[in-house]
Amino acid sequence: MGVKSTQDKIFIVAGHIVMILLSVCALAPFWLMVTSSLMDNATILTEGYSFFPKTISTDAYAYIMKEWQQIARAYGVTVLVTVAGTILSLIMVSMTAYILSQEDIPGVKIIFILVLIPMLFNGGIVSSYIIYTNVVDVRDTLFALLVPNLMLNGFNVILVRNYMKHSVPMELQEAAQIDGAGLLYTFLRIMMPLSKPIMATVGLLTAIAYWNDWTNGLYFVNDSRLYSIQLLLNQINNSATFLASHSELNIAKADIPTGAVRMAVAVIAILPIAIAYPFFQKYFESGITMGAVKG
Amino acid sequence: MSILTKKKGKHIRWGRVIMAYIMLLPGLLYLLINNYLPMYGITIAFRQLDFKKGILKSPFCGLKNFKFLFVSGSLGPIMRNTILYNLVFMVLGTIFAIAVAILFNELQNKVAKKFYQTSILFPYLMSMVVVSSLVFNFLSADSGFINNSIIEPLTGNTISFYQEKKWWPFILTIVYLWKGIGFSMVLYLSTILGISKDYYEAARVDGATKWQQITNITLPLLKPMVITMSILNISKICTSDFGLFYQVPRNSGAIYSVTQTLDTYVYNALMNQNNISMSSAASVMQAFIGFVLVIGSNMIIRRISAEDAIF
Repeated sequence: MGVKSTQDKIFIVAGHIVMILLSVCALAPFWLMVTSSLMDNATILTEGYSFFPKTISTDAYAYIMKEWQQIARAYGVTVLVTVAGTILSLIMVSMTAYILSQEDIPGVKIIFILVLIPMLFNGGIVSSYIIYTNVVDVRDTLFALLVPNLMLNGFNVILVRNYMKHSVPMELQEAAQIDGAGLLYTFLRIMMPLSKPIMATVGLLTAIAYWNDWTNGLYFVNDSRLYSIQLLLNQINNSATFLASHSELNIAKADIPTGAVRMAVAVIAILPIAIAYPFFQKYFESGITMGAVKG
Repeated sequence: MSILTKKKGKHIRWGRVIMAYIMLLPGLLYLLINNYLPMYGITIAFRQLDFKKGILKSPFCGLKNFKFLFVSGSLGPIMRNTILYNLVFMVLGTIFAIAVAILFNELQNKVAKKFYQTSILFPYLMSMVVVSSLVFNFLSADSGFINNSIIEPLTGNTISFYQEKKWWPFILTIVYLWKGIGFSMVLYLSTILGISKDYYEAARVDGATKWQQITNITLPLLKPMVITMSILNISKICTSDFGLFYQVPRNSGAIYSVTQTLDTYVYNALMNQNNISMSSAASVMQAFIGFVLVIGSNMIIRRISAEDAIF
């Protein structure tokens, strides 16, 4: 066992080299983004965005501090939508999954098929758009960021249902039923606490989806007060002076360090995910592999 | 319902059934609005729009909208882009991911492995808006890193990436691989980790080299997974990542001919040209092809290995 052939050693050395290269490639753009946000406008114009800027400037962040209201507002919208959306989505997914795991209830199998069909067939984005603008008008409300396509998908329902069916001991449910517990009580007091691992994984994937979502905003939100941080960044990408044109402050456009500001806003947008990532990485990976089993 | 219960001869506790349906209500209501009403919305593609009557009440006009879509001539390049990008992504993505997963699996150092995996998976967490900012950092004509630090010092010229078509097939493929490699690596790694250690032990006893172990054990055992993933990808061949093709090229008109896919076409036709008929015809066509391909590919998977079938 312990003896390694030359070929084994070559593989290990090559492996480390390739992995280091890939890690650098994966992270370098983020480094460039951070250094770019710390450059002053004159240097950006003459030298371009640089991995190792000669001078460090906090102009962009100072400007953002002045315009903090818009950024803070967008941040608030994102946090609110992410928290509310994840909680609502988890409640809906787990409640649906729990009932679908109770196969003795008449009609449950048909309803399960109704949950699965949208995974195979959908009306397309234009139909969805027409429904969400003409039938249930969500435009320029918080619902536009919460509701379309994010709250309940068949895939998550299957994951939670299978977990409840196979990983939570049936005896516990039966014992509760014999003691006279109804469906709601069993769900809240027994199934929810015992399904924590799958709820953590599904909740994490849902939260990331909400945090990163910008398409719903793109389709349904024009009111800049309802912009999430992703949508704000999207607008700044389109027009670097977006912040100034929506500001009550009178800062001359020429005085805005636009080149650095657009990177600083991107840094701010990814900061929470970047900080939390090492802690949730394990759940995130298990979410990915679960997706592969039945995806 | 009653027939079923009679057959089983079971006594239905109605309180339990009513509670079950109350608990199902929110989910079903959501599915109705979010998924089933849009299915009815498919009829828009077959209607002659009349805003006085309302979009969902306009008179039917058969396949006229589809005829317009095909006659307009824009569909050809868009379909070509959508399908070719998907094929390139699928082939390169699979080869890269498997190679990286196999190499990664050979490493022993736990701390290093944790670091590598954490880094390589990180881009997958990012929204395409953020990715678009990152790419702009490199490609911007005035201040981009590539122009200012590499091309200008070497040649004295700059490249307007966002105006020149020839670069985009490469840029989009690189961005796709950069963002997605961590994800598919984790997938293949989980399959590799599931291979019994006994195979490798036996091979070592017989004097097999590492390379022989990979080509004779790992790769053959990855084959079912590769087939399943490829068939799944083929079933999505008419669907592209809207974010990748909309955000990363910054919706720049000059490079549409190599960056526009079905999804960005539908978006632009709907939101910028307000052409509901044409965009809904295109999106219904996409949904229909997707459905046929999913069903077809599932039938093929079922043929090959029944337990990998999705339904």
